[in-house]
Amino acid sequence: MTMRIFVSRDAGAVAVGADEVALVLGLAADKRGIEIEIVRTGSRGLYWLEPLIEVATSQGRIAFGPVTEFEACSVLDATISGGAHPLRLGVADEIPWLKRQTRLTFARCGVIDPRSLDDYRAHDGYKGLERALTLTSDGILADVTTSGLRGRGGAGFPTGIKWKTVAQTSADRKYIVCNADEGDSGTFADRMIMEGDPFVVIEGMTIAGIAVGATKGYIYIRSEYPHAVAAMNAAIAAATRAGYLGARIGGSSHCFDLEVRVGAGAYVCGEETSLLESLEGRRGIVRAKPPLPAHKGLFGKPTVINNVLSFAAIPFILAGGAKAYADFGMGRSRGTMPIQLAGNIRYGGLFETAFGVTLGELIDDIGGGTFTGRPVRAVQVGGPLGAYFPRALFDTPFDYEAFAARDGLIGHGGLVVFDDSVDMAKQARFAMEFCAVESCGKCTPCRIGSTRGVETIDNIQAGERVAENLAVVEDLCNTMKFGSLCALGGFTPYPVMSALKHFREDFGPAPARLQAAE
Amino acid sequence: MMPVYEPWNAARGAEIIAGHSHLEGATLVILHALQEAFGYVPEPAVPMIALALNLSRAEVHGVFTFYHDFRREPAGRHVLKLCRAEACQAAGGDALATRAEARLGITIGNTTADERVTLEPIYCLGLCATAPSAMLDGRVVGRLDEARIDALIAEVLR
Repeated sequence: MTMRIFVSRDAGAVAVGADEVALVLGLAADKRGIEIEIVRTGSRGLYWLEPLIEVATSQGRIAFGPVTEFEACSVLDATISGGAHPLRLGVADEIPWLKRQTRLTFARCGVIDPRSLDDYRAHDGYKGLERALTLTSDGILADVTTSGLRGRGGAGFPTGIKWKTVAQTSADRKYIVCNADEGDSGTFADRMIMEGDPFVVIEGMTIAGIAVGATKGYIYIRSEYPHAVAAMNAAIAAATRAGYLGARIGGSSHCFDLEVRVGAGAYVCGEETSLLESLEGRRGIVRAKPPLPAHKGLFGKPTVINNVLSFAAIPFILAGGAKAYADFGMGRSRGTMPIQLAGNIRYGGLFETAFGVTLGELIDDIGGGTFTGRPVRAVQVGGPLGAYFPRALFDTPFDYEAFAARDGLIGHGGLVVFDDSVDMAKQARFAMEFCAVESCGKCTPCRIGSTRGVETIDNIQAGERVAENLAVVEDLCNTMKFGSLCALGGFTPYPVMSALKHFREDFGPAPARLQAAE
Repeated sequence: MMPVYEPWNAARGAEIIAGHSHLEGATLVILHALQEAFGYVPEPAVPMIALALNLSRAEVHGVFTFYHDFRREPAGRHVLKLCRAEACQAAGGDALATRAEARLGITIGNTTADERVTLEPIYCLGLCATAPSAMLDGRVVGRLDEARIDALIAEVLR
């Protein structure tokens, strides 16, 4: 009997040698005269265990990891003989880090072959679309509203209301746009789902198209994600061949076409109006709102623009799961959030769980503290525009409103952990510098404020009139926060002000800081 | 794998432009296609795109220069991109970047005098749980340490 072995093709696994492991396994099997089938899956998201190998057995899929190319042969031998192996982790689904999660959006990621539509269908794929095709537009919108889903890109706007606005706006053409310009450092959930379960994104966008009456969709993927671009293109081709995209979807009267567009390295294009400009072939300059994209979006037409994770949550919700989805979470944050643990962390990866888990549980308990073994000093939550939280705030529950109440944001759900060697003045300077480099230039607070911010923090670090310059930074942040057109200029104050507020001792002339640290 | 590019040829450029100009909002698609063929976007292509899409040269120039990805001139034979964003900073990326600069004798954003290597910053490859990370000629590399960065540099200097 052919032995089935699963090895991830996720970029994060490939970056640490998954391709080499797959190659060695194939060669070793040939040499031993046994037949194996290597299935390249997405990643389970347990990145400290990548490359992770799973072997199908009667007890379930047995996991081994992290397996280097030098250990792959011995893992194969242990599998054949049924013997022990130091890298054996037991049944994959029973690994505590995985078992503790509530995987609704990521249920299939790392399990199925992302290139196989049959595999997707065999794991409940397209159940959401099947049901959506039996509903009216209002019926679909009611489910999305009931689920309580809020935009997973960071803004947290209720998805049901957004869709309803587009559905109620009449036009000769409407668009569905998927924002896959996941530029925040510390986030990789969009990349993972596109590489590991691309059909779920397609299904979610197709349902959106049916709900609002749009027949064309675009997925705007950043150029830094070539593996995701390849995975989405392959999935779109497969879905089109099978009649899930194109004319008469699933035998219905609905039409929906999808196309991937690739960004070109501009961070600001993750902002929705800038992304629309970029899709139209222009510079990624932010548009003033109103009009909202729901009224005048892509090419001036009503447009649903949502994050990858928002669309990926839809098939579960439409497959009869709206109420079940809403039952998870706390307050106004309903459902689950794919949280990404990154940076200097021992157990880094993707942890999907209901809202409400505290920052401390995520970092110390689930993440296992730092990779370097040094104490955690700061955690940046929500990407380059998110606040730095000290240990004192580790009781904050993961919830849109709870983070906002403490001058932070959850953004796209990325946590970047720093140990006690971090210089927070340097991080504050970086936030301003990044904003200056990536500013689209349209509004003055962002364009000029960020540049002045870098200069002023330089002066503080040089020990020049520290108190006055700190006041200038605070003033600049205030102007940027309230005067910028979009979140780039408007949220850059979060990392800067949080660094100032919680780590004031780092701001001053360098020699004093060094003495204080000793 | 080291990428192989064609030398600029106006007829070939026109063919690439014509192949994509029917798309909605085609400018970025065309710029990407040209760069994929030639390794950069040659100056003479800008007015050609403008003509094909009924845009002004200034508009196309504006788009071309707005995005970090598009090159005005060919890169070195190898392109090594080091992630400089927060997750990689937290995992010791800054020291590795300094090491790469010292080994190659250039600062980030530059190409070695022999045009062998271009060293560039990149802001997030989405490999933040296996940081620090890099991309060499399109190949992703994670969990960088001194030995791994040295091996990458030895590879490009070979």
